[in-house]
Amino acid sequence: MTDLEAGRTERLLPVRGGVALQRYRDVLIALVAFVVLASLPLFTGSKALLDFVIRCSAYGLFATSLNLLVGYTGLTSFGHGMFFGLGAYGFGLIMQKLAVPIPVAFIATLTITAVVAAVIGAICVRLKEIYFAFVTLAFQMLIHSTILSWASFTGGDQGLRGGIPRPAFLGIDLSNHVHLYVTSCALLVLGLLAMRQIAQSPFGYTLRMIRDNAARASFLGIDVWRAKLTVFVLAALFAAMGGMVMALFVSGAYPEFAYWTISGEGIFINMLGGVSTFLGPMVGTVLFLLLNDTVTRFTEYHGIVLGVVILFFALGLRKGLLDFVAEWAARRRETGEGR
Amino acid sequence: MDLDALAGCLSSSACLVTQTTSGLIIGMLLFLVAVGLTLIFGVLKVVNFSHGAFYMFGAYFAMTAYQLTGSFALAMLVGAAGTAILGLIFERVFMSRVYGADVLMQLLVCYAFVLIFDDVVRIIWGPEFKSMGMPSAFQVMPLFIAGGVVPPYYLLLIGVALVAAIVLGIGLSRSRIGKVIRAAAHNPGMVSALGINTGLIYGGVFALGGMLAGLAGALAAPVRSLTPGMGFSVLIESFIVTVIGGMGSILGALIGALLLGLIRSFGSLGFPLFTEGLMYLFMVIVLVSKPTGLFGREAA
Repeated sequence: MTDLEAGRTERLLPVRGGVALQRYRDVLIALVAFVVLASLPLFTGSKALLDFVIRCSAYGLFATSLNLLVGYTGLTSFGHGMFFGLGAYGFGLIMQKLAVPIPVAFIATLTITAVVAAVIGAICVRLKEIYFAFVTLAFQMLIHSTILSWASFTGGDQGLRGGIPRPAFLGIDLSNHVHLYVTSCALLVLGLLAMRQIAQSPFGYTLRMIRDNAARASFLGIDVWRAKLTVFVLAALFAAMGGMVMALFVSGAYPEFAYWTISGEGIFINMLGGVSTFLGPMVGTVLFLLLNDTVTRFTEYHGIVLGVVILFFALGLRKGLLDFVAEWAARRRETGEGR
Repeated sequence: MDLDALAGCLSSSACLVTQTTSGLIIGMLLFLVAVGLTLIFGVLKVVNFSHGAFYMFGAYFAMTAYQLTGSFALAMLVGAAGTAILGLIFERVFMSRVYGADVLMQLLVCYAFVLIFDDVVRIIWGPEFKSMGMPSAFQVMPLFIAGGVVPPYYLLLIGVALVAAIVLGIGLSRSRIGKVIRAAAHNPGMVSALGINTGLIYGGVFALGGMLAGLAGALAAPVRSLTPGMGFSVLIESFIVTVIGGMGSILGALIGALLLGLIRSFGSLGFPLFTEGLMYLFMVIVLVSKPTGLFGREAA
């Protein structure tokens, strides 16, 4: 077995009082990260850089939510991208057809996603590894083919065109590029902070136990099915958030957002950055988008290049980047304590 | 939804025959791909996520061979043999490294090859739709059975797939090599202790699975259009077949594939917008009522 398991290198539950301390630390890091990101437009006028960060927010939310399933719970979902697509389409359609304020559309999309994820999750989470992977993939293809064939509602293979209306709300005007940028950063930081709280909560440790030994968790009185379903729905919500950021960014939604390759990319991002740390997928996102942008600039056959890089990581290194960092830190800590 | 069309078709024998044969050829092609998938899973315990690529290569190999030689039989042979060799190399060089590894790893390696193979096809054959064309030997008057139109090529396709199913079924249950394969699926350690090269068996099973998918692609080449990425929807559908029939069961793959083919051909009449949805719906019903599939064994 490879050790693709989140939190392997962490110490176990912090001692009493440590939990609150760790939470303050996380909030502080999140605040600093947000301030740094949000002040970026003051120093640079580069639209390309800001666009890159917005795309990182969308993909980062998606990839980190996938890590809740893959790394923390051991559920290898190969159809997680359906919620990314659902978020983008749900948000775009609500804004186009109903003309409600943006926060209302945001909440409504999350509600729809939660319901869909609960139904799909209820069917899927009972299944074992490879079945789970493929049945989630099958549902992804179902959603994708529905988007394609229901052309009168979703625009079919042309996608949602004509732009998504972005009315200003409380002085925040998302059609302004800087406003959109700051909002994306805020959503990213808030989303990551929320996922971090989930991962470090007692529920998060229940998930780790289910991953390591589901039978034992069941003996201890944990309803494994319910815990898995809960995290499936939670992860779907954050993926939909990523999809909404993407829809705001491109001012539309395209069938590719719901295609299976998005899920494949998500898995690869997790692999690239490493799933044993919380921020691994975020690092993977930045690396992946850099790689993707560079490769598409030089060749139209980026599938081959991407494939070779994936093979190098999967067969050669067998770990993500932050996994190495985490292991190195753990080794240092061990030798340090041994002295 | 167009239930009148469906009811109208069910009451006319001509339409019934036409729809059933078209369902059967969809089903038979799916069966050839799915049986390879289920065989590889049964013995090697990995799901070959890049199995659709073998179907695609089979079709392209057959098309090229047919254009070069003009012989249909040779085209089928090249399609099947080419993908068998490809399967053997793929298994020995790459897949053999991830046996027993995390499912994530296996999926990633296959995902990488789906990307690579699609681009390879794009480079060699170009990104546009291609078609092989119906061989002249089959450009004859279609048969009329009970008023329904049945092209003779459909009969050949169904016949070849049926022969493959029977040979596989008997070969696995009766022949010595079939017994060794089943033993290797059950307990590879013991089989290798008896002096049998399990690596060879694994490679052989993978090549056989690749060959069946390639044969399906070659058979489909005259009736479908060829495009990079054509293998993916076939992969998903054949996976649904194995879920419905039960992973590891050849009979299950056959029944599942035929059911799915019939659902597709009759569903396209009654629910033109929801044909794909019907397949998923059927899969969900099977999964909820019998999680191991119709012919699956417990704790497979």
